[in-house]
Amino acid sequence: MTPEKNNKTIDTILLIIFVAFLLGINIFLFSGKYLHFDTQGVGIVVAAFLTLAMYSFLYKDNPLFKIAEHIFVGIGMGMGVVLTWLQVIKPLLYKPLIRHAIFDNTPGTPDYILIVPMILGIFMFARLYGKTSWLSRWSFAFIVGGGAGIGIPVIINSLILKQLEPSLQPIFVDWVVTWQSINILLILVGTISVLIYFFFSLPHKGTIGGISRIGIWFLMISFGATFGYTVMGRMSLIIQRIQFLLTDWLHIIK
Amino acid sequence: MNIFRRTIPLIIAFCLGIVMIFRYYVPHQSAEDLLTKYGEWVRIIGGFSIVLGLYSLFFTHYTKIKRGMPGWGYSIFVFIGFAVMVFLGLIKEFETFLSIISGKLIDVTSPFGSWEKSLTGTSYDWIYQYIFNACGATMFSILAFYIASAAYRTFRIRSVEATILLLAAVIIMIARVPIGGLISHWIPDLADWIMEVPNLAAKRGVLLGMCLGSISTALRIIFGIERGYLGGGE
Repeated sequence: MTPEKNNKTIDTILLIIFVAFLLGINIFLFSGKYLHFDTQGVGIVVAAFLTLAMYSFLYKDNPLFKIAEHIFVGIGMGMGVVLTWLQVIKPLLYKPLIRHAIFDNTPGTPDYILIVPMILGIFMFARLYGKTSWLSRWSFAFIVGGGAGIGIPVIINSLILKQLEPSLQPIFVDWVVTWQSINILLILVGTISVLIYFFFSLPHKGTIGGISRIGIWFLMISFGATFGYTVMGRMSLIIQRIQFLLTDWLHIIK
Repeated sequence: MNIFRRTIPLIIAFCLGIVMIFRYYVPHQSAEDLLTKYGEWVRIIGGFSIVLGLYSLFFTHYTKIKRGMPGWGYSIFVFIGFAVMVFLGLIKEFETFLSIISGKLIDVTSPFGSWEKSLTGTSYDWIYQYIFNACGATMFSILAFYIASAAYRTFRIRSVEATILLLAAVIIMIARVPIGGLISHWIPDLADWIMEVPNLAAKRGVLLGMCLGSISTALRIIFGIERGYLGGGE
């Protein structure tokens, strides 16, 4: 038997054991009245199966993980379509415009101006056909151009000025050095050195090089802090899933 | 034809960009209304664009099934998941679709109600809670293992920068669990200081750089210098 075939056999055996284990446990949970055979009980079993199927990827890419992954993708897309219809197309286009065009007895007056975004939206489909794909540029220009215009004053006011204001606080009050003064000075040094690090019009040598190196240290602290928070966020997700498995599914933790 | 293919999109971007900039400085209700209307229009256009995503996903998986490519069987689950979710999500909309098909408006007076009100406790909600949420949370939690592996590789590089990154990460991680405070009250204090001073300084520097970059890109788009969004071709 080749090693590849041998591995496949081991994987198949593990898969069967895993499914049998799940089946056995769930039969025990339902027969022991730990779980009720209702929407909640079945939901917990399905969620537990999918959770374990997803974690099985840690062993290796396998059919259970792939099934769970593909279901997730399909459901995600379906949810996107449902939400788009219910929250966008129906209230913003169907009710004020299309309904009036289809039915004579619709109350109210149609909002004809909505024909413009509808046409621009339909132009997006032109992307799928090579010869007419240029039509979609009109829609993109509408979104990108307007977005750029909205963004400029908002960025200047809400981000640049609002960020600069606290950076330019007085360091000393009555020439007394406090812990606060040191912090303000450090923030100022950090902000300027990081900005200089990202300033590539001058070679990073000599004084500029030294300042940009300080900027790198500040960036490293920030990246480290972000990394730490990300790890803790993911850890809390693991804890949440394990808690779900041990509490809601297996009832080991009360 | 070039006028339709290139010039008109550039004119649309320019006019809309300029109008939207000046709208910000007009303290009038009509300026606010313009922004609201523009937001709604963008949402409508974006709503249509979901069809492009749908086409791309379906085309990929349909091709896999049609050609019998390796793992084609899994693609069926994409279609099943999608069909089930759409069916359950829009089951209450049958009234609307029935109206469209029959050409006769049925129950015109019924309020459509909020989405939460209409879908909470339904089969759609069940799938969201027990399948979508379970898969999403687990998938993100798997990343913890890969982050740990990536961190190990990063911290193996023995340099001043890697050491600073390691120290900051370790302090933050220890401080955010109860044991950090039990070891010493200095650890949570130090973590707070890291977040409020050096981290804030670096974030502020990055943010300012990002903002200046965004403004220059936005101006380039409005004045037609940046044309990447038009795509390739003529």
